Amino acid sequence: MVAVAGVDLVIEEGEFFTLLGPSGSGKTTLLRMIAGFERPDAGRIELRGRDVTSLPPHLRDTNTVFQDYALFPHMSVGQNIGYGLRIKRIPAAERRRRVERALRMVRLEGLDKRRPNQLSGGQRQRVALARAVVNEPEVLLLDEPLGALDLKLRQEMQIELKQIQKEVGITFVYVTHDQEEALTMSDRVAVMSNGKIEQIGSPVDVYERPASEFVAGFIGISNVLLRDGVRFVVRPEKIRMLTEGENPDPGMRVEPGTVEEVVYVGMSTRYVVRLDRGEQLVAVRQNMDAASDAASFQGRPVRLAWTTGHTYVLESKEK
Amino acid sequence: MIAGFWTRVALRAWAALILLFLFFPILLIFFYAFNTSNIESWPIPGLTTRWFGSTWNDPDVRAALLLSVQAGLAATAVALVLGSCAAFAIHRASFFGRDAVSLLFVLPLALPGIITGIALNAFFSFGGVTLSIWTVIAGHATFCMVVVYNNVLARLRRTQGSLIEAAMDLGANGFQVFRDVTLPLISTAVVAGAMLAFALSFDEVIVTTFTAGSQSTLPIWIFGQIRHGILLPEVNVVVSFVILVTIIPVVIAARLTGGGGTARVPAAR
Repeated sequence: MVAVAGVDLVIEEGEFFTLLGPSGSGKTTLLRMIAGFERPDAGRIELRGRDVTSLPPHLRDTNTVFQDYALFPHMSVGQNIGYGLRIKRIPAAERRRRVERALRMVRLEGLDKRRPNQLSGGQRQRVALARAVVNEPEVLLLDEPLGALDLKLRQEMQIELKQIQKEVGITFVYVTHDQEEALTMSDRVAVMSNGKIEQIGSPVDVYERPASEFVAGFIGISNVLLRDGVRFVVRPEKIRMLTEGENPDPGMRVEPGTVEEVVYVGMSTRYVVRLDRGEQLVAVRQNMDAASDAASFQGRPVRLAWTTGHTYVLESKEK
Repeated sequence: MIAGFWTRVALRAWAALILLFLFFPILLIFFYAFNTSNIESWPIPGLTTRWFGSTWNDPDVRAALLLSVQAGLAATAVALVLGSCAAFAIHRASFFGRDAVSLLFVLPLALPGIITGIALNAFFSFGGVTLSIWTVIAGHATFCMVVVYNNVLARLRRTQGSLIEAAMDLGANGFQVFRDVTLPLISTAVVAGAMLAFALSFDEVIVTTFTAGSQSTLPIWIFGQIRHGILLPEVNVVVSFVILVTIIPVVIAARLTGGGGTARVPAAR
């Protein structure tokens, strides 16, 4: 079985680069190849122009933040963070200084004597990050590092990670299946599926201009429609739902349908609409006014309107 | 479970009875070791410690003790090397027939001692090997290896694989990974395995009977004395000693591996 094939990827120095894809898409395998844990059957991996394809992990200038953190349970937090420096025979005084700085960076000052099992999940995650960053590697590899944290902590850490990345200026290669995470943090995103890269681009690119139906479907909710032989995507927030008496802006395309389902998601309300032509679309409205009337839309006929400028034509998969 | 007052009292009494049945005979042996008479009859005529002195000065007991300790230490050393290596091999590699090989490693412990004993005896005489302390060591190593193997393998399986990768990722070469990560993580399991192995070897009778020459280990000496029935108080002293030497390592081993007996279950109310 082939996990990754035909991947041709150039990651810029100092970039926050994300490999985004569902499980089994080969993103972790690709990351492990960069780290040196897996060896590709064919192809090359270069680090700063130097071929490292056959170099074992301990000779590569990369460091990894593991999904399960992989903190050494028999070492204190300080020893964990200083391990890479100790192996590189950095003098004790400098080592202490750098460990201190790393602890400050992840806001864990004073916890260096603790054992990993005395820390919370979020703190362990920070130690894992500090242990990798302290070595100032060429590339920092992060394998779903926030996967085990709860939503609130995850969102805080997303912002913090991005700040740390800017601060240290190290190239980050980040693996995640969480599209929101990818869009929030990355400079560029590679969307992967079945061991191939579907699209590489900035978050705005992959969201607004998905290169394939897979990308459109994987990132955000997307409505794929076929009109006049053209397949295109309309994002839910670009669709306006018109009630009786409301008029569309000039140039808008209007189609009638019936609301099948109303989903209240706090900040907004999601309407699942069955068009009279058969397709199902999702439209989103911000809950600016009282959302109390939202439920009353259930089963009501409505008209959906969008401008062609807000749609994106899928180039591939055209019949 | 909700148990009434009397049910709980009855259950506790029953448990106490069973423990008494299991451990009273052992306590009795400790007690008889202080018996002034060399006939085990009740009530005992008086208490004395003179058997301890005479046992210690008995050259046969000393020779047997020396042999037991030597054989135990040597068998443990062999078991440590072979058992740990086997555990690493089975854990790391995946090859055709791995489970079968794993079973073969464990089998000597499950195999009745009499079979191991007769088989080794036949093998040694077939190969023209004179029975000596070395044959005893070989015999003991067959089952001592298993406890080391089992302990180390269990620990390796419980250890996160990513720890090894993390160490490599941080720049450690194969030796450094072993020294800094693998060894510290498995060390208590290795020590526990070694202690259990020594305890097993120290009180082994059957395999020893078939693999020892004219010399006897402590258990063999006990066995002989009981048949002759002359030095019963000395036997009690030696048995008490063997009990201590075998139980203490087992208790320490249980502590080290964090399993068995120490977990407290809150009483059901």
